[in-house]
Amino acid sequence: MHARFRLPLDSFTLDVDIALPARGVTALFGPSGSGKTSLLRCIAGLAQAPEGKLTLGDNCWQDSTRKLFVPTHQRALGYVFQEASLFDHLSVEDNLRFGLKRIAAGDRRLQPQQAVSLLGLEGLLQRRPQHLSGGERQRVAIARALLVSPRLLLLDEPLSALDAPRKAEILPYLERLHGELEIPIIYVSHALEEVIRLADHLVLLDNGQALASGPLQTMLPRLDLPLARSDDASVVINGTATEYDSDYQLLSLRLPKSDLCLRVAHQPIAPGRPLRLRVQARDVSLSLQQPQHSSILNLLPVRVVAVAAADNPAHLLVQLDMQGSALLARITRYSSDQLGLHPGQALWAQIKSVALLC
Amino acid sequence: MPLSAADFAAIWLTLQLAGLTTALLLLIGTPLAWWLARTRSRLKAPIGALVAMPLVLPPTVIGFYLLVAMGPQGPVGALTQSLGLGTLPFTFSGLVVGSLVYSLPFVVQPIQNAFEAMGDRPLEVAATLRAGPFDRFVHVALPLARPGLITASVLGFAHTLGEFGVVLMIGGNIPDKTRVVSVQIFNHVEAMEYAQAHWLAGGMLVFSFVILLTLQSRGRSRMFN
Repeated sequence: MHARFRLPLDSFTLDVDIALPARGVTALFGPSGSGKTSLLRCIAGLAQAPEGKLTLGDNCWQDSTRKLFVPTHQRALGYVFQEASLFDHLSVEDNLRFGLKRIAAGDRRLQPQQAVSLLGLEGLLQRRPQHLSGGERQRVAIARALLVSPRLLLLDEPLSALDAPRKAEILPYLERLHGELEIPIIYVSHALEEVIRLADHLVLLDNGQALASGPLQTMLPRLDLPLARSDDASVVINGTATEYDSDYQLLSLRLPKSDLCLRVAHQPIAPGRPLRLRVQARDVSLSLQQPQHSSILNLLPVRVVAVAAADNPAHLLVQLDMQGSALLARITRYSSDQLGLHPGQALWAQIKSVALLC
Repeated sequence: MPLSAADFAAIWLTLQLAGLTTALLLLIGTPLAWWLARTRSRLKAPIGALVAMPLVLPPTVIGFYLLVAMGPQGPVGALTQSLGLGTLPFTFSGLVVGSLVYSLPFVVQPIQNAFEAMGDRPLEVAATLRAGPFDRFVHVALPLARPGLITASVLGFAHTLGEFGVVLMIGGNIPDKTRVVSVQIFNHVEAMEYAQAHWLAGGMLVFSFVILLTLQSRGRSRMFN
C-alpha cells in the first residue's frame, strides 16, 4: 500500500509519502494534533486531499493527477472511530448487519457468528447501544467494521475514550485481530503502550510530516527519534519459547538468530511459539564484568552501539547490541563516566524485568 | 351541544387543511431542511431567512402578496390558468398553498435542528459501512432525526389550525370550501353568538394545549433517558 497526500490544515500542512506493508498492524504514532487522524481520514476518503495518490494492491482509490477519487462508500475498508459511533436507532445486531447487508454475498469473508465470537459479543445482540458500556460499544464497532469484509482496517484511537480497565478489556481482542486477520490494519495512537503491544510497523508523525517509518523493532531503539527519549522508552524483541522450568515456573525465550535466552516468570507455553517481549530502558543496567551473586535473572553480554542524551541532563540513553537484537539502557551520566562508556565497548546488561506481550 | 352543522363543516375542513398541509410540508420541508443543515453554499443565509419570514411577518402581508401572486394577473395565477386550473384564491387549494408558506418555518426549523445536531459522524460511519448518499439519508439521517420530524409535524399541524389572517386574505369565507374554524369563530363573534364562539374557541384552546403538553413531556422523557 502506498499513500501520498498534501492537505493544508488549520495550523500546518499534512504532507506525507509513505509505503505500508500489506500485512500486519501499522501504527500511526505521534502527539495530539500531529495529523494522524487527518491522514487516516484521507486514506478513508472522509477527507479529500487536493493533492494525493493512494493505492492498495491493484486498487487505486485516489489519484489527483487523473482526477480520480473513489468515495468512501465504494472503498473496501473498515473504520473504527475514536468515540462510540454506533447507530442509536438500531440494536447491536442491526448495527452489525448494517454494513454486512450492503456488500455482495460473494464478498463476505466473515460471517456474523465469527465476528460475534471474535469480539465476545454473545448476549449483547438484542441490546440497544445506549445500554452498553464504553468498552462493549467499541467492540461492537470493531465487529461491525470487520463484517464489511474490508481489505484494509482503519482504527482511529479506538481506546482513547476508555478508562484503563476498559482498555485492558479490549486490547486482547485487538491482539487477536492482529493474529487472525489477513488484512493490513492501520492503527492511530498517541499511547506508546498500545503501539508496543499491537504494532509491527511504525510511522512516526509530527506536524503533518512523517518523521520516520519502519518495522517496530528497528524504530524503537533509534536514538535519533523522540520514542527513545520518552519515559517509557522500550525495545520489542520477537523471541521464541524454548524450555519451561516447571519447578521454578520460569519460561525461557530464545532471541532471534542467536543462542541467547531470556527467562521470565510465566505459565507454561508450548516450545516454538513466537512471542513478543518488551524491555524498558529504565529496567536495564550495565556492568563491566559479568555480575556474580545477583538476584537478577537475565545477565547478557552486549556491545555499545551509540550513546545519546536522554530527556533530562542527569541521564543518558545507551543503544546496545545483543547478538543482533537491539536493547536500550537508561543510565545516569555519572555511571557512564565511571564505566568509561564508548561505542564498541563490551559490557554486561542486567535486565530487571521482561514483559511478555503476546 | 350548541354546535351547528356549519361549525362541524368548519372543523372538518380545518382538519383536512391542517393534515394535507402537514403532509405536504414534510415532503417539501425535509429535503429543504437537509440542504440548509448540510450546505456550505452562500445561498444558505438568504434561503434560511426567507424560510423564517412567516415567523415575523403579519399574516395579512403574506396573504396580500399571495393573493396578488395567485390572482389572474399574478405569476402563479398565470401559471395555474395556463394549466387550465383557474385561479387559486377563494378555493381550498389556494388555502393549502397559503398554509404551506405560512407554516413552512414551523416544519423546516425543527427538522433542520435535528439534522444539525446529529453532526457528520453518523453519516461518515454509514459511508464507511458502504452506504451511498441517498442510502445514508434514508437509513441513518431520517431515523436519527425522528424526534425533530415529530416536533415538526405537530407544530406544522397546530400552527395551520390557528391560521386566520392568511385565510381571510386569500380564502374568504366560503362554507365547506374555505371557511375554517378560526374564521367561523370570527363569524360567531360578529353575530354576537358568544356561546358557539366559546365552544369552538375553547375546543381549539384545549386541543392546542394537549398537543403542546404531549410535545413537552416527550422532550422531557428523552432528556432523562
